[in-house]
Amino acid sequence: MTQPDNRPFAIRTYAPDQLREALKRMYLIRRFEEGAEDSYMRGLIHGTMHLSIGQEASAMASCMELTDDDKITSTHRGHGHCIAKGAEVGRMFAEFFGKETGYCHGRGGSMHIADVKTGNLGANGIVGGGLPIAVGAALSAKRLGKSDVTICFFGDGANNEGAFHEALNMASVWKLPVVFICENNGYGMSTSIARSTSVKHIADRAVAYSMPGVTVDGNDFSAVAEAVHHAVARARAGEGPSLVENLTYRWRGHSKSDRNRYRTKEEIEEWMTRDPIARFRAELIAHGVLDEASADAIEAAAIADMEAGIEFAKASPAPSISDVTRYVYAEN
Amino acid sequence: MNAMTDKPSSQPQNLRTLSYSEAIREAMAIAMEADPTVILMGEDIGVYGGAFQVTLDLVDRFGTDRVMDTPISELGGAGVAVGAALTGLKPIFEFQFSDFAMLAMEQIVNQAAKLRYMLGGEASVPVVFRLPAGSGTGAAAQHSQSIEAWFGHVPGLKVLQPATPEDAKGMLLAALADPDPVMIFEHKLLYKMKGHVPEGSYLTPVGKALVRREGTDVTIVAGSIMLHRALEAAEQLTKDGINAEVIDLRCIRPIDHETILASVRKTGKLMVVYEGVKAFGVGAEISAMVAESDAFDFLDAPILRLGAADAPVPYNPDLERASVPQVDSIEAAARRLTRREV
Ligand SMILES: Cc1ncc(C[n+]2csc(CCOP(=O)(O)OP(=O)(O)O)c2C)c(N)n1
Ligand SMILES: [Mg+2]
Repeated sequence: MTQPDNRPFAIRTYAPDQLREALKRMYLIRRFEEGAEDSYMRGLIHGTMHLSIGQEASAMASCMELTDDDKITSTHRGHGHCIAKGAEVGRMFAEFFGKETGYCHGRGGSMHIADVKTGNLGANGIVGGGLPIAVGAALSAKRLGKSDVTICFFGDGANNEGAFHEALNMASVWKLPVVFICENNGYGMSTSIARSTSVKHIADRAVAYSMPGVTVDGNDFSAVAEAVHHAVARARAGEGPSLVENLTYRWRGHSKSDRNRYRTKEEIEEWMTRDPIARFRAELIAHGVLDEASADAIEAAAIADMEAGIEFAKASPAPSISDVTRYVYAEN
Repeated sequence: MNAMTDKPSSQPQNLRTLSYSEAIREAMAIAMEADPTVILMGEDIGVYGGAFQVTLDLVDRFGTDRVMDTPISELGGAGVAVGAALTGLKPIFEFQFSDFAMLAMEQIVNQAAKLRYMLGGEASVPVVFRLPAGSGTGAAAQHSQSIEAWFGHVPGLKVLQPATPEDAKGMLLAALADPDPVMIFEHKLLYKMKGHVPEGSYLTPVGKALVRREGTDVTIVAGSIMLHRALEAAEQLTKDGINAEVIDLRCIRPIDHETILASVRKTGKLMVVYEGVKAFGVGAEISAMVAESDAFDFLDAPILRLGAADAPVPYNPDLERASVPQVDSIEAAARRLTRREV
């Protein structure tokens, strides 16, 4: 009689190469965010940005079973989603530096980072803006007879926008292949869930739209991967949408102007002990997927990719001023 | 940006100065002290102090019952403010960025603006919407727009655009005293600008433009941050002996016809400078107003509009800068106009 496999979901489901690649991309997200923060301090990036440090498992584990034909819609806190979906960090940095080689040719910046070719339909400056768009992408897949799914990332704050409710309702009524992933980091800017939201868990909203809703530890790679795996399978099978809530935390302020007056240092430090990357790395080592040396090598490779990305971006040309109205309409 | 506030000659020394955002905060505090029905609503306006720190510390003074952090629900939040205004409260509702008013168009345009009329004058909606507007912060297409002219198209609304700290305070107090819905577009780049602000309560008249600089050769109408750019351009133009008259539009709806027409009759040339997209904007309204009036006979050159490029606001800082009027482009345009090269 075979023993039940008690190893974590990710370990028993994905090949070692996939797991190593996932760890690499999580390191890449972290280093990218740090590189972006540093570049901002040096004045290479203008505007503002929203860093996802601390939320890497949510982004990466949600994208494990996606191909380039599958779509995601992302948020203002979207750098991690973009990397998890397969973007190159050089072209991302180039976008942040406002260069023509950036994913949006320097027109969008951090808040609109996208990579349409790998299925990332874009970050969004409007909270909740991506939710109906994700439903539309799922409608396309269904009408065009494709098996693609759409993963719709949004924050806890977005669940109070009308667009959230309208989108979930339509996705359910039309049984569309979309997975709604709420990255619940406890706050919409300064406003906690308790002060803004009438349910304790965002996943509780699923009942109102007749779809499955689960809440998982968003800093546990395997827990997220398992929940999203079932939701993606359900979507591909034509059974309709699901809602997955990843409980996580942003280590940094909301944006570059946040003084953290609404949360305590203790709370931030407590969450930092639940580092999703350190946990995933330890899990991979514990189950023999990696040893310390190869994990270090993966981390070093991520740093090298990040640094090369910054160099690429710095060396890239800026858009021409005379092209200010280019891309407003299709070119003939 | 120079801290041009009023006609400089009329200003005694040692006047109290405040920043534009401090002036707005002072207006809110004065109103809240004087009238318990005044409440503040908006996203992160409490302990965070608002995205631009305009409401900073007001929650400590007035408590969370009167300084209400709303969920991220613009349509609902604005609608609650409309309903409260209809029934005895005086809400000041802050949109975190003016761009997000688009999520609340229904309540602003279909409800707030029309309720008094639809109900035959039996209802009043004394709500004030505050909207941080404009480009120049690198926040790209969905956080940098200048959509004030959109609301100029809506009967029932009043649309203000303070350019100075003094007006920022006086307009907010005037908006609160107004029985109808008022939208105040505050420019993000002006929040830190300092200028003289009188103590106590005073009302800046709604619907009155102001000649900020007298001149004889060309009339430049500009509001909000464009006023400061136009004044700077006007200074540059004096080097060539061009003496521009600069009018602070202040109010988009109702628009002050008389101040503009009187100036055009004097100078014979009109230029309108605004940050919104050039087409179908404030410039079109003002140009048509002049063309429809007797002042048309006084024009000795075509009217010139200077607005934003026909594109969303781009992220790249050089493109962003190039996409809206700047001191040098205003100056160059005024030069062409006075030389009749347009
Ligand atoms: C419609 C709209 N309202 C408000 C904002 C300003 N804003 C940007 S992000 C944010 C908080 C979003 O919270 P959440 O959805 O939980 O995402 P998180 O930032 O926590 O990742 C707010 C209020 C916006 N960009 N769009
Ligand atoms: Mg959040």
